[in-house]
Amino acid sequence: MTDIDIERSILLAAPRTIDWRPYLVGVGIGVLCWLVFAIVAAPIGITTALSQAAGGVTSLVAGDDTVAQNAYWKANPFRLDYGMLFLAGTFLGALASAMLSDRFRVETVPPMWRERFGPSVPRRMAVAFAGGVLVMYGARMAGGCTSGNGISQGLQLAVVGWTFLAVMFPVGILTAGALFGPPHSR
Amino acid sequence: MLPVTGGLALGLAVAFGALFGWLLHQGRLTDYGTIVGQFRLRDFTVAKVMLTAIVVGGIGIYALVQLGLAKYHIRDANMLGTIVGAAIFGVGMVLYGYCPGTGLAAIATGSVHALVGGLGMIAGAIAYAFSFDWVRDNILSVGKLGKITLSDASGLPAIAILFILTVGALVAFYRLETSAAR
Repeated sequence: MTDIDIERSILLAAPRTIDWRPYLVGVGIGVLCWLVFAIVAAPIGITTALSQAAGGVTSLVAGDDTVAQNAYWKANPFRLDYGMLFLAGTFLGALASAMLSDRFRVETVPPMWRERFGPSVPRRMAVAFAGGVLVMYGARMAGGCTSGNGISQGLQLAVVGWTFLAVMFPVGILTAGALFGPPHSR
Repeated sequence: MLPVTGGLALGLAVAFGALFGWLLHQGRLTDYGTIVGQFRLRDFTVAKVMLTAIVVGGIGIYALVQLGLAKYHIRDANMLGTIVGAAIFGVGMVLYGYCPGTGLAAIATGSVHALVGGLGMIAGAIAYAFSFDWVRDNILSVGKLGKITLSDASGLPAIAILFILTVGALVAFYRLETSAAR
């Protein structure tokens, strides 16, 4: 049993105990949004910078000309800017948190996946790769991801953010139902 | 004086990013089971974190804007693109088990499948860039509403919408915490 399993079983045994952690983390992200809006005027977002990085990768493989001629990368060129360094920070912050709380774990097949689809590593990796492709393609078409669109646009009451949330969550629930069976089963 | 630009902003980017990554891990949003558990309606961590962040962030930034200490950064609502993109995203997020931010953070905590999905995200970005001309002309061009807010669309003042959102969130959290699902 991991620490999380033990904590979960304690929670199940005592249903009146409230786990405040998600709320505290939500407050933390909300306050972080105040800081970035006021100090750097750059809302939190991930996929714009990831797209720029993809432009950098493409430059290496297909040459600079291919990227220079692309309308999307012309508007979002590869350079070491605020968004790119924010990504580096996100990686380092999560790494530090995992190390300091002794929860760094090499994971190839997560328990919930294994329970439903078995221990095959290639199967999990193939689906994770396909999911990554869709997540990124969808985020760029929608105008941002869960962070950049859902939270950063949502908190400004932007129509784009709330439309994203109102479509993404129901589609995700239907997809999870198709993969894992209806909610509350198993 | 504000906003900060140049080298200091680049330094702050790492610091703010690190705080974000630390919060994602502390909130267990770097766990596949937390993300997929939300879409299976077994674990409401994602909804709790996002709704709390939107309410706290929304009220604070509304106040900052009123005081002249911040500006809104509202993006265009290209409705067809947002709807189709969000639907593709919803399928992808369940298959991947992460969204882009939590995926990146999960790679740092040792998730190898998050790394493989991260390579998928790079491939997805390349596919988007190469199909961008078509998407722009045929999808992003449909239902362009511009930089509109729920306030513009409904006629209600932003503060009223934030109030409704806050009360709605508190009621939802109360019901979640007093029912079996968490």
